[in-house]
Amino acid sequence: MRLIDHFEYGLDAPICLTWELTYACNLACVHCLSSSGRRDPRELSTAEAERVIDELQRMQVFYVNVGGGEPTVRPDFWHLLDYAIGHDVGVKFSTNGIRLDRARAQQLARTDYVDVQISLDGATAEVNDAVRGAGSFATAVRALENLAEAGMKDVKVSVVVTRENVGQLDDFKALTDRFGAQLRLTRFRPSGRGADVWDRLHPTQAQQRELYAWLLANGDRVLTGDSFFHLSALGESLPGLNLCGAGRVVCLIDPVGDVYACPFAIHENFLAGNVRSPGGFQQVWQSSELFAELRSPQTGGACTKCAHFDACRGGCMAAKFFTGLPLDGPDPECVQGYGETALAARDVAQVTPRSHLDHSHRGPVRGQPTLLGFPSIPAKACDESPLAGMR
Amino acid sequence: MDTFDPALPWQRSHSVALRPEPFGALVYSFSTRKLSFLKSRQLVDVVQALADHPTAAATLTACGVTDAQRPAYVKALADLARSAMIEVRTCA
Amino acid sequence: MPETPQTDAAVLEAPAVTEEELVEESLVEEVSIDGMCGVY
Repeated sequence: MRLIDHFEYGLDAPICLTWELTYACNLACVHCLSSSGRRDPRELSTAEAERVIDELQRMQVFYVNVGGGEPTVRPDFWHLLDYAIGHDVGVKFSTNGIRLDRARAQQLARTDYVDVQISLDGATAEVNDAVRGAGSFATAVRALENLAEAGMKDVKVSVVVTRENVGQLDDFKALTDRFGAQLRLTRFRPSGRGADVWDRLHPTQAQQRELYAWLLANGDRVLTGDSFFHLSALGESLPGLNLCGAGRVVCLIDPVGDVYACPFAIHENFLAGNVRSPGGFQQVWQSSELFAELRSPQTGGACTKCAHFDACRGGCMAAKFFTGLPLDGPDPECVQGYGETALAARDVAQVTPRSHLDHSHRGPVRGQPTLLGFPSIPAKACDESPLAGMR
Repeated sequence: MDTFDPALPWQRSHSVALRPEPFGALVYSFSTRKLSFLKSRQLVDVVQALADHPTAAATLTACGVTDAQRPAYVKALADLARSAMIEVRTCA
Repeated sequence: MPETPQTDAAVLEAPAVTEEELVEESLVEEVSIDGMCGVY
């Protein structure tokens, strides 16, 4: 069997997994894949999180990608970080940088087996803050400065590629070079709050071709996590296995212990079980019906007839699901245009699937994003006019 | 490291995790972030036994690698050395 | 797809194999950790 076949049929343990530690977040990014903001009262306790780490150690999961929400707002974040590393589980964590002051940066630089990834969605404050909120660019840059000063190695900056920032790819590269960090580009998917802004923010077909060309030219210095494998149908394959890892080599553990196939698929249809059940995470990973289904040979459906199927493998399951497209049909961003056709053919009355979970902040957030036209900061706390603060 | 020398003592590198799988094993290096896939259980045995033998060649023999299989196994160890998954032991 | 028994040396008589396996197959395959969607 080829390696990729082994991976497609699943492994006894994930290679790594994403673990969203909390739904709490200091930001309110418009496209948040986990619809984060408010803490869920049912979140795993410190002790429960330690038991999960113990399991991951037994299963020999190599590392976890910790995110959220903003993981560092959990008071036990630093304890859990040390606990994981002390139990043979490497940690990579994604953060908006809010807690990475000089002291923490120095602490991280001294710690082995930890990887830091700063989220950023614009190479300038103007582009970034429209999506992530006023001040978020400055917070990220401050964290990058602190990490660079502390001598932290291999810091990553992760960018969700959108219609608004795809013209800044060279600027992103320059920014990361400035801090000695590595650039990571990742695909915008219609998951979580992303569903609400996907039509407006996802790259156009022309922009996808621009991105593809840029990746071919610069790809050896940029990480993508294979998240653009649907673009491989444009020609020469991008580096990577073109493999959807959901339920096969990776999965998500969410803040309340639910296990989903992938962080972009937080929805009942992709819920495999819960770590609090008997048998814990291992039982879910090895025996859940959902994962068994994902690990069986997948029918590409209509896509198998396309000459490019081998390259794109029908695209992303989550992207199809949350735009209301069938999983055995084209990806909404299919580079051959079949996705656009499929989107147009959707029943006008159809409601696209929504997750049962939404932890978004309810009221305005200090420094909230301006993309949707809301003022970034209320002019006065008690100003009654809804137009206060708008230009 | 230009060519792999099986007459030296070897061992799995520190900061490399090895996880047996039905098809062989997954090997992950925390320092290089490389992931390698070992495609035979026998090779997995060899890699795990390297530290117990005075040379890589001796390890192959001890693990029952036949003469006919030897070239493939030496090549496999050379591949692992090149990606820093195994290293020369400094203390015998 | 059933697993065919693998013999690693070209010298031994090879069973009927797929085209990929006619070339002496390496026992080690490197995969990029950045190369599987979902692995961050």
